[in-house]
Amino acid sequence: MSATPQDLPGQPVAEQRSGASRKAAETEAEYGHLVKSEYEHGFVTEIESDTLPPGLDESVIATISRRKGEPQWMLDWRLAAYAKWLEMPTPQWAAVHYAPIDFQAISYFSAPKKKELKSLDEVDPVLLETYEKLGIPIEEQKALAGVAVDAVFDSVSVATTFREKLAEAGVIFCSISEAVQEYPELVQKYIGSVVPPTDNFYAGLNSAVFTDGTFVYVPKHTRCPMELSTYFRINEAKTGQFERTLIVADEGSYVSYLEGCTAPQRDENQLHAAVVELIAMDNAEIKYSTVQNWYPGDEEGRGGIYNFVTKRGDCRGANSKISWTQVETGSAITWKYPSCILRGDHSVGEFYSVAVTKGRQQADTGTKMIHLGKHTRSTIVSKGISAQHGIQSYRGLVRIAGKAEGARNHTQCDSLLIGDKCAANTFPYIEVKNPTAKMEHEATTSKISDDQLFYCRSRGLSEEDAVSMIVNGFCKEVFNELPMEFAVEAQKLLSISLEGAVG
Amino acid sequence: MLSVKGLKATVDDKEILKGLDLEVGAGEVHAIMGPNGSGKSTLAHVLSGREGYTVTAGSVTFEGRDLLELDPEERACLGLFLAFQYPVELPGVNNTYFLKAALNAKRRYHGEEELDAVSFLRLMKEKLKVLHLDDSLLKRPVNVGFSGGEKKRNEIFQMALLEPKLAILDETDSGLDIDALRVVADGVNSLRSPERSMLVVTHYQRLLDYIEPDYVHVLARGRIIRSGGKELALELEQKGYGWILDEAAA
Ligand SMILES: Nc1ncnc2c1ncn2[C@@H]1O[C@H](COP(=O)(O)OP(=O)(O)OP(=O)(O)O)[C@@H](O)[C@H]1O
Ligand SMILES: [Mg+2]
Repeated sequence: MSATPQDLPGQPVAEQRSGASRKAAETEAEYGHLVKSEYEHGFVTEIESDTLPPGLDESVIATISRRKGEPQWMLDWRLAAYAKWLEMPTPQWAAVHYAPIDFQAISYFSAPKKKELKSLDEVDPVLLETYEKLGIPIEEQKALAGVAVDAVFDSVSVATTFREKLAEAGVIFCSISEAVQEYPELVQKYIGSVVPPTDNFYAGLNSAVFTDGTFVYVPKHTRCPMELSTYFRINEAKTGQFERTLIVADEGSYVSYLEGCTAPQRDENQLHAAVVELIAMDNAEIKYSTVQNWYPGDEEGRGGIYNFVTKRGDCRGANSKISWTQVETGSAITWKYPSCILRGDHSVGEFYSVAVTKGRQQADTGTKMIHLGKHTRSTIVSKGISAQHGIQSYRGLVRIAGKAEGARNHTQCDSLLIGDKCAANTFPYIEVKNPTAKMEHEATTSKISDDQLFYCRSRGLSEEDAVSMIVNGFCKEVFNELPMEFAVEAQKLLSISLEGAVG
Repeated sequence: MLSVKGLKATVDDKEILKGLDLEVGAGEVHAIMGPNGSGKSTLAHVLSGREGYTVTAGSVTFEGRDLLELDPEERACLGLFLAFQYPVELPGVNNTYFLKAALNAKRRYHGEEELDAVSFLRLMKEKLKVLHLDDSLLKRPVNVGFSGGEKKRNEIFQMALLEPKLAILDETDSGLDIDALRVVADGVNSLRSPERSMLVVTHYQRLLDYIEPDYVHVLARGRIIRSGGKELALELEQKGYGWILDEAAA
């Protein structure tokens, strides 16, 4: 592993965050003229602008809450989260390196603001090339790259039919902000019940300042009539910096949710810290699929996204099931562990993942399966692909609690290396407190062999096609879990992201 | 069709091919025999463009083109096909998908329209019938878990589908039971045509009972040391290679 914090070009930021109180003091000095006056007026003052100045304190949070028209309990919740966050240390153990993030240099309300470029000429040509290959229309390219668009390309009619159908079924699908206003009792009941604000540093930060995200509620014995995708949530099509997603599947219901998009997304906000909470009641099932392709930065990693996400599903009811499927090819730095808490007896947790790191990308991902209920089962299939200087770590925790009679886990963790400058690490953590548990763990590391490449080429396939075919074959078990259309896109995405990664 | 002149090739600085000459005309079937380690597979690999071999002298032209300056995939698209002595496994890559990609790569190269899934399946069915193969292998990943014989049959099936101009069969008969040998030989024979040439590498006269060669060559110590008609194979079967090696050394 050659990367050190110094040679990782990140945002040029201030020194290590060494204590919130000191930072807060500094901030007061720097932004005092803006912040001071608000303090004096308590939490009611609003800043007369679309964007809050950089910095974070209670008045900023109050302003966010007020702007969103939130009830008092929501503000109190945010402030409590903030108070705890101030006391939390930043996580140091993830096997990634990056320059420390200056949390006071971030503006917490402009998110998800995109810097408007005047034309596509100002966009990284590599990014444009990828759009071409994905066949994205020119107007959509502009929107994705953050160029001012003349024509709005969303299709209102599609979205409307979509909403009507959902309403018929009684499914609630809206932005989290809307939900706080329209369905406060549901939100209040479930928010933070899976990922409490004290869970970790980034979850704490998110709880204090989240401004975007999705809320889904599927009523009892209802099968959601279609795959839900943020794409259709036109009023909040952009991805925010601090998203909060909450999905509740009530007894006997089913929902499949698709997150992300295959087009590489640019965002001026380098730090992304989302929280996703899933709750499945008795006999309910939630399938959560992600295809994420954040801008990884240029060849040196400049401008790439830092993606620190907390995703957790709670199989709260008996016989409930939650599956995470993810295909990740983007970000400069990814740090995420979609997890399942198997609380209900006979509940099932699944994690299927493909992660690609190339260039200077670093990923520290994995999952946690916490078996609490009896006869709970979990499956982990992780496929990691590293090319060029990519560094990838898989970190998986399987914990079988003392009362989890007859629990089972199967873990399969495969790494594929392309070239000899990349690296893959595997860190399995297993804690078994019940002797009846059955655990299986398989791990492999392989390389694409010269024999395989020659075999394909001797049949007329180019080297790149050969690599993408072999890689797609390697990932098959995971792609099989994705909804059909998403799987096709994911394959295409993988091929594109590995172009030029060989040799 | 294929003209090899004074070909010398090294692997890791070790010279394996030491001035090899070979002329293959259109529609001809040439058998290449020779002791283990004499360079038969090396020849096959050099012809199909495998990396790791350095050609130090000589030339290879294929239909008038300098073969040695082309990538393996380009040679394949031009009509060269190698049936591997040891077919390679591609885990997770569906056999049908692989074949379709290969065929379409070739069609693209020649500016032809790619086949869609339906027409491809139709074509595949046709070829299966000709070769008396069943389709069970086509749903599985390429060569993964195939028996030795199945792998070889799969190679022949690929050949039938890709319709090469020059097919090099590297010990396609090794490891086949009698019935499979028949199937493979019938397949090869059904593909014989005035436009298609074949280079059949084998250790056994038996295969040549089924696939009648126009010429038989003996490759030893990196050279073709004797060429003849199909009766040469019979002679080799009886007497082994010793006498030719002795004569060549003399
Ligand atoms: N990568 C390599 N490094 C060193 N020597 C090699 C390499 N590849 C092949 N050789 C040698 O080249 C010689 C010819 O090998 P080749 O595989 O062409 O023989 P062959 O005639 O096909 O033999 P067989 O009948 O056993 O298949 C052998 O001595 C082999 O050990
Ligand atoms: Mg050989």
